[in-house]
Amino acid sequence: MIQMLSIIFNAEFGYSVLRVTTPILFATLAALISDKAGVMNIALEGIMLISALSGVVFSALTGSAGLGLLGAIVAGGLVGLFLAYCALELKTDIILSGIAINLMASGGTVFALFLIAGDKGISSSLASKVLPKINIPGIASIPVIGTMLSGHNVLTYVALLSVIAVFIFLYRTPLGLRIRAVGENPGAAASVGIGVTRIQYLALTLSGMMAGFGGAYMSMGYVSWFSKNMTAGRGFIALAAEAMGGATPIGSLLTSLLFGFFDALSNTLQLMKVPSEFVNMIPYAATVIGLVIYTVRRTRRDRLAREASGERASATAK
Amino acid sequence: MTRQQRLFEVVRTGLAILIALVIALVIILVVSNDPGDALSKFLLGPLDSFRHFGNVIELMIPLTFTGIAISVMFSAAQFNLGAEGGFFIGAIAASFVAINFSLPPVIHPIVAVLFGGLVGSLFCGIPAALKVRWGASELVSSLMFNYIAFFFGLYLINYFLRDVNAGAMVSYQFKSSALIATMIPKTRISFSLVVAIALVIAAGAFMARTRWGYRIRLIGANAQFARYSGINTNHVVLYSQIIGGFIAGVGGSLEVLGMYTRFTWQTLPGYGWDGVIVAILARNNPIFVPIAAFFLAYLRIGADIMSRYSDVPNEFVALIQGTIIILIAASSFLAKYRHRLVFKEATQKASPAASPEAAQGAKQ
Repeated sequence: MIQMLSIIFNAEFGYSVLRVTTPILFATLAALISDKAGVMNIALEGIMLISALSGVVFSALTGSAGLGLLGAIVAGGLVGLFLAYCALELKTDIILSGIAINLMASGGTVFALFLIAGDKGISSSLASKVLPKINIPGIASIPVIGTMLSGHNVLTYVALLSVIAVFIFLYRTPLGLRIRAVGENPGAAASVGIGVTRIQYLALTLSGMMAGFGGAYMSMGYVSWFSKNMTAGRGFIALAAEAMGGATPIGSLLTSLLFGFFDALSNTLQLMKVPSEFVNMIPYAATVIGLVIYTVRRTRRDRLAREASGERASATAK
Repeated sequence: MTRQQRLFEVVRTGLAILIALVIALVIILVVSNDPGDALSKFLLGPLDSFRHFGNVIELMIPLTFTGIAISVMFSAAQFNLGAEGGFFIGAIAASFVAINFSLPPVIHPIVAVLFGGLVGSLFCGIPAALKVRWGASELVSSLMFNYIAFFFGLYLINYFLRDVNAGAMVSYQFKSSALIATMIPKTRISFSLVVAIALVIAAGAFMARTRWGYRIRLIGANAQFARYSGINTNHVVLYSQIIGGFIAGVGGSLEVLGMYTRFTWQTLPGYGWDGVIVAILARNNPIFVPIAAFFLAYLRIGADIMSRYSDVPNEFVALIQGTIIILIAASSFLAKYRHRLVFKEATQKASPAASPEAAQGAKQ
């Protein structure tokens, strides 16, 4: 126990929390954008896989990590667009469309990997590039905080800045207002001339691009290769994190950090003699518990609000 | 559903499959150096030997179980995707009984399979209970439970059931009294097939002929109407998923006891996800599940044979599966024709010179 605490209260642990939070945070923000437009993007898992592979392939082809990242984002956006086409044009249930995309992604990436790299498990034969790590001048020299915050992959900082960017986009721009209007009441939004379908198309595409960042981070930052099913449910965890974060950017950041904490904890506990299978279970179990706590609190709040308004109504009736 | 609408659904399904196969054809043409050979292996490989066809039937059995499990849950409009985890953890529970208990033959596998089913229903039931009690999304929590079932199952295997002398990460051998006998010689088709057939009939009757099944379908069609007509929707939501989990767990148990002598899986077998495809193809109707399961098993085995004898990897089946799901679930796919059909029917019924069948329909 003491050993565990000394591991947790350690600057390096803080560093690894941020490191493992990054892909979850991207995916959570992706879930947030589509949820705000009233469409559930359950394909995040598959989109991240496709983007992770695209990043590796494009960076190997072009010899540039930046172009690899661009490829990953474009791929993510295209899959998001495809999901929108299925759900909005073909009118396939969006959850089934998402399941279909996830299935296609987990098999299709292995298929593509075999054709490109000649291996069904890992992309090590491709000379793919890695996105650079950044030392932040000033902060790097501060003892504890420097270790925690400096020297991360560039995408970790992008993820943190994305929280602010998504906040500004959703709450301070006309387009963000439209997205929220469509999500809250599509009928009302349509009645004031907002193209509901167009906005949802856009939101799913943006959501795909955001997940594309997460995918690129997985294969060009977190590790330097693509491997089969490497996202390991992070896209699904993100759905829970988004719900728990109360569908706000700041809440998403906090819940992503929470899951990142458990993820990092499981990585650390593996070094101690805790059975690795148990440790691997932690992030998923934490997600379920977190989801339950969130919904319990929400139902209680709703009930209190209902009772309060009920009392008010009966008071005015008297 | 009228006969014409049913015919329409058959045509629609056929067309979706055809489109998916054309996509498969294009992929093979692009990828392979010898597309003709690859294609014939893919489409005809399962028929070229008794053993290969046996493989199709072997694979059809677990797909039937997860397909029915998902059908029952989806019928109540519950997107519980825990069949994957239920199948896996059920298989482990059955392995536990098969290794540690000493029971007479026939009784032993029955106990093991029932225990597997119970554990499966527990794993699918928890997300359902969380949904009913607190409104936590069963979709998200069942996805998490798949991972929990996977890692927890591996933990049980590696720490309690692992045979250290076996050289690989496998369990002890099952007691021979627990094994389910092979039914058709020269294949691995076990008596699980009989159970699968019985399940299809039982589940079909349950969904179509009992009030419990009717309630499940009613909630799937219109939950609010069901609630207003006095049905305890929470109970139905809960038991639909417990039943689904039970079927998935039984499927996993029969799979390990019928096909293997040890527990050997190191990854989730994926049959739960396949069950989604089967359920969609079968329109959540248990009676159609075996047909859908056979079709999917045929595709899979065809792709496996093709990847063994040609240069096309079998994972391309995933692309076909995804296409089929999207097209069949797409309500606007061929919607114009459906409109025309409904319009024609309605006008026929309205006109006085209608056929006796239509007149009867109008009276009702």
